[in-house]
Amino acid sequence: MMTNEKTTLSSRSDEQRPSLLKRLTGANTLWIGLVLLALVAVFGAIRPDAVFRIDTFQYLLAETSVLLVLSVGMTFVIITSGIDLSVGSVLVFASVSSAMAMNAVSGGDATNAGWGVIAFGLLVAVVSGAVWGLLNGLLISRAKIPPLIVTLGSFGAAQGAALLLNNGSNVSGIPDKLNRTFGFGTYFGIPNIVIVAAIVTAAGALLLSTTRFGRYTYAVGSNEEAARRVGISVRGHLTKVYLLAGTLAGLAGFMGNAFFRVAVVTGHETDNLNAIAAVVLGGTSIFGGTGSMLGTVFGVFIPAVLEKGLVIIGVKEFWQPIAVAIVLVAAVWLDQTRRRARNQR
Amino acid sequence: MSEPLLEARELTKNYGTVEALRGASFTAYPGEVVSLIGDNGAGKSTLVKCLSGVEQPTSGTMVFDGEPITLSSPNDARDRGIETVFQDLAVAPDLDPAANMFLGREILKPGVLGWLGVLDKKAMRRQAVEHFTRFGASLQSIDVPIAALSGGQRQSVAVARSVAWASKLVFMDEPTAALGVVQRERVLDVIKRVRDEGVAVVLISHNMPEVLSVSDRVEVLRLGRRVARFKAADTTVEELVGAMTGALSQEDAA
Repeated sequence: MMTNEKTTLSSRSDEQRPSLLKRLTGANTLWIGLVLLALVAVFGAIRPDAVFRIDTFQYLLAETSVLLVLSVGMTFVIITSGIDLSVGSVLVFASVSSAMAMNAVSGGDATNAGWGVIAFGLLVAVVSGAVWGLLNGLLISRAKIPPLIVTLGSFGAAQGAALLLNNGSNVSGIPDKLNRTFGFGTYFGIPNIVIVAAIVTAAGALLLSTTRFGRYTYAVGSNEEAARRVGISVRGHLTKVYLLAGTLAGLAGFMGNAFFRVAVVTGHETDNLNAIAAVVLGGTSIFGGTGSMLGTVFGVFIPAVLEKGLVIIGVKEFWQPIAVAIVLVAAVWLDQTRRRARNQR
Repeated sequence: MSEPLLEARELTKNYGTVEALRGASFTAYPGEVVSLIGDNGAGKSTLVKCLSGVEQPTSGTMVFDGEPITLSSPNDARDRGIETVFQDLAVAPDLDPAANMFLGREILKPGVLGWLGVLDKKAMRRQAVEHFTRFGASLQSIDVPIAALSGGQRQSVAVARSVAWASKLVFMDEPTAALGVVQRERVLDVIKRVRDEGVAVVLISHNMPEVLSVSDRVEVLRLGRRVARFKAADTTVEELVGAMTGALSQEDAA
């Protein structure tokens, strides 16, 4: 009997590796992708003239780029069963400090500054984001304070610090060169800012699905104790994950500067919730352990398409948050049902 | 008998004012199955935690492979070829069996990709299949998360993972609790097979017939001390129970 089963195991595993299609259909990701496709199809059927235009897609993609970069970091955080409420504030802080730094090295106004100053601004944005991320990570992993509380704290603190930096006003003087190239420039019709976001997302997807870093991210979220017992440095890994989220928020702040031509101190209060909603919509479990970057991409675009689509077909856009809320709650409910069914075995 | 592989002498462990171990000793020889038995609260789990590096004893000495050691973490123990199957399994339920088996010991791709931390999933999968087959863990599929497996299959994965890495000694804390008849037989079979490869197995179990059927020796713990040692072939369930409850004691055992 034993021999039989052994043969079954080895023959199966050699030959019956599930096909890509089968693996895709088994995952939530496919269904989320279909929802997105259906939305585009519905809006397209109602107003094909307004929906299927290159500039509609250009705007949609460009406006969503910043949120996409935030959501890439958030995906890692949520897979570890954590949460990061601070991303929007960290973005504002990075954006303000980067703009002020560029102004400072250009004698007060960086509007006509060159690439050296722009590179310096990028560095400042990324480093200031990273510092907030590191602070979050250390407080969560070393001081053992729950992520919800730590990042609620830095959510307030980073916003406050950003306001203090420039006395509560927006910072202008973003280099024209930056705005022309990264803000509005396109490459074969694709906005450059979208290309940056796509590269970040692709790198995040590879990091998550093919590397040891990604594997540990899943392991820590799935069973922290098991990860610790096999010798994974759970504290170190959590610190790195929050550091990553902060760094990406810093980059997002720089992208915002390029796009809006000004470092704005308001308007990012709900970025954190939008990023969390996108990640969870994309099938990443809020309880940790499962999720995918592709899902997050779909999750970012569902609210964005809803918003744009509702405006185009003339429905009050106030319906958008209601529609997103329904999809979001349904997604979490499905996840929970699935887990319960699984744990009863 | 040959030199002991692991010898712990007079271990004590205090949790505040509670004395979990009061001078417990323990010996394991290479290539034997030794059962560690005792009533609830006798200190079995604490002793295993101390011996596998999860906790550090308050006092006492340990000699492993002829040299005195202190284990400051489970990694220390693992580096010496000591593995543990924990009672609560400690697997990551969302990862598949191969990922769990190689958790913390991932194989990386050769060259630049490996330097970047890219996993060689194919190699891990192939080796996992070999290991699981060798240790008789029957799984319908190696591509599903552990959580989708039955309790017995999860247990087989946890056992197979530990024995695959143990080169010297493996602790098994109640590996057959919660198992069906067939699965239990399979785990016992794995224990014997591991022993036959020269690895010492320390089995913690409440099931006396099981202890007698699979062990070479039995050590009995009572109130944080070793109170008796038996050769499994020469003893009976009654004798073991007597030693556990304190009705019978061997003076030389401590």
